[in-house]
Amino acid sequence: MRDRRMTKKQKRDLFRILLAGVFFALAFLLPLDGGWRAIPFAVPYLTVGFPVLKSAFLSLIRGQWMNETFLMTVASLGAFVLGEFAEGVAVMLFSAVGELFESYAVGKSRRSVTELMSLCPDKASVLRENQWVDLAPEEVEIGDVFRVLPGEKIPLDGKICSGESSLDTRSLTGETLPRDVSEGDGVLSGCVNLTGVLQIRAEKIFEESTASRILAMVEDATANRAKSETFVATFARWYTPVVLAIALGLGLIPPLFWGGWSTWIYRALEFLVVSCPCALVISVPLSYFGGIGGASRFGVLVKGSDRLEVLAKTDTVVFDKTGTLTQGTFRVTEVLGKDPSLVLQIAALCEQFSNHPIAKSLREACKLPLSEDRVTDLSEESGFGVSAKVDGIPCMVGKGDWIRSRGILIPDEFSPAGTCVFVARGDEWLGTICLGDRVRENAAQSLRELRKLGVRRLEMLTGDGDSVAKSVAQTLALDGYRAELLPADKVEALRTLSREKKGTVVFVGDGMNDAPVLVSADVGIAMGGVGSDAAMEAADAVLMHDDLSALPRILRLARKTHRIVLQNLIFSIAVKIGVMVLISFGFANMWYAVFADVGVSVLAILNAMRTLSKKI
Amino acid sequence: MKKVYRIENLCCANCARKIEEGIQKIQGVKEAKIVFMTMKLTLDVEDGMLDSVLAEAKKIARKVEPECEIVG
Repeated sequence: MRDRRMTKKQKRDLFRILLAGVFFALAFLLPLDGGWRAIPFAVPYLTVGFPVLKSAFLSLIRGQWMNETFLMTVASLGAFVLGEFAEGVAVMLFSAVGELFESYAVGKSRRSVTELMSLCPDKASVLRENQWVDLAPEEVEIGDVFRVLPGEKIPLDGKICSGESSLDTRSLTGETLPRDVSEGDGVLSGCVNLTGVLQIRAEKIFEESTASRILAMVEDATANRAKSETFVATFARWYTPVVLAIALGLGLIPPLFWGGWSTWIYRALEFLVVSCPCALVISVPLSYFGGIGGASRFGVLVKGSDRLEVLAKTDTVVFDKTGTLTQGTFRVTEVLGKDPSLVLQIAALCEQFSNHPIAKSLREACKLPLSEDRVTDLSEESGFGVSAKVDGIPCMVGKGDWIRSRGILIPDEFSPAGTCVFVARGDEWLGTICLGDRVRENAAQSLRELRKLGVRRLEMLTGDGDSVAKSVAQTLALDGYRAELLPADKVEALRTLSREKKGTVVFVGDGMNDAPVLVSADVGIAMGGVGSDAAMEAADAVLMHDDLSALPRILRLARKTHRIVLQNLIFSIAVKIGVMVLISFGFANMWYAVFADVGVSVLAILNAMRTLSKKI
Repeated sequence: MKKVYRIENLCCANCARKIEEGIQKIQGVKEAKIVFMTMKLTLDVEDGMLDSVLAEAKKIARKVEPECEIVG
């Protein structure tokens, strides 16, 4: 497989370089003078330069003469002709070193990104005619049952049909605590089965399973190019021809006036060596590739280099409330009334068939067993509440206004702000149940970090009532909030905020209901979006686990990547131009030129690879 | 029609850029993108033109970098 540290070609090149290096050193020791020195220096020159010469020759016949190999050939042969043998060898030798380093670095970062994304096993053990057969995951069809032993990775998304185990979901979600699963639970591909044998019925084919989709997403993310990449491409398009034109001018024009042909031609050759823009062209995408790979390491999928670039300029972060800043699960916080347990019981009985999150939390809060027989004549008025007979007495459970509209009086002191469910029995108010959603544990800490990173505004948009929104906004010290918004209003509110911004507006939402808002933000970040197609589609970045602390991290990473890209751009361009100026005035020799080409390349690549580091 | 190809023996990022620019100019190509980091060429080609475009693309790749191969 590709896991080898070096490819065959790289090993061959390394051998060639080492061998040439030895010959090169020996050539200095030989006591020869003048033109005779060409012979010992030709040995390392050909050893390391042969592939370049061959490739240059081939390109030349095909009519492509302005490529790197051709320029290297002209520069180094020119140096030989002018009697600068050592410099001629150096050009070839060091450019080979640079190229080997580049291909090794690119290979290494590619490996470390795909390695951490090595989510997909290469086989699945499938039940066919009562036997377990090993198939390629691509061959497994929906409905097939496959077996995953402890220690193995789950190859396809599916539902457990027998067995129980705990799963390591780290590579998907970054979550370190194992998740316990048993029969009937849905599982995602890419998780590692830890303890028990699982039999799973495939629900998606391999290509559509989470693991392969994530992999494809991260791999293709770099195809969405950042502005700085486009800049580099444009720069490279002009850079080489311009440098070549200057080289030509430098070699021909000054000697017409001042003579000294060999000096000026030699300077022109030095220009040729500096003319390759490779350091720039590779270091920028390499930085973004590393950044995107690094982000996936802590559970954030970023869908493109361009998004990472925009993210670095974050000015305003807008949050959805429910499920993003808060846990999104309602809990009964208080029961008001003379007989709280009766109030809860009636509410739970009436709501026992409902799937609404509030109904669920009512049932959870009422710890008594619920019997269907006690409830008759149940009717639900969607959005308002439920009326039914409990033990033969008509009861109502629902919103305050709805119950009041039936002529039942609710005392003001029992109608507090926030999310409440009111319970009436007969034609009297019986009690009020207050429910609350809790702010996520690390929300405050994460928001503080965002502020420290220079985010100017933190806002919240929610469909919930004003009082609830206000209390969350105060707890988290937000700069502002808008409540009682419909999904369409949220888009409008976001646009308003966008008009006041200075940099990027980021929206963080749960991805299920917020798809339109995610799309209309500069960067839409979906939380806990793994497995949800809508979120993966609409968002620019996906937080794979419900953890807000990933936000400051991804922001730091985006900034770091951006910084590295800028450093590389400025450093490489400055060194190249500087060296070219020095060459023109005769203050630099071939060694400077080689440094400006290979040295800068190596430094820029090393710098770019910092994006892969775990520390941010 | 969109198709993804793998590129082999492409050893310079600047050459990747040149090949990409060359391929974009071929008739029938709606979009061409080479991602050097993943060594992938994504071609979006008008229907029915794929074969001719691919042949031309291979020629361009060879011209820029003689050892370069586009494989399916």
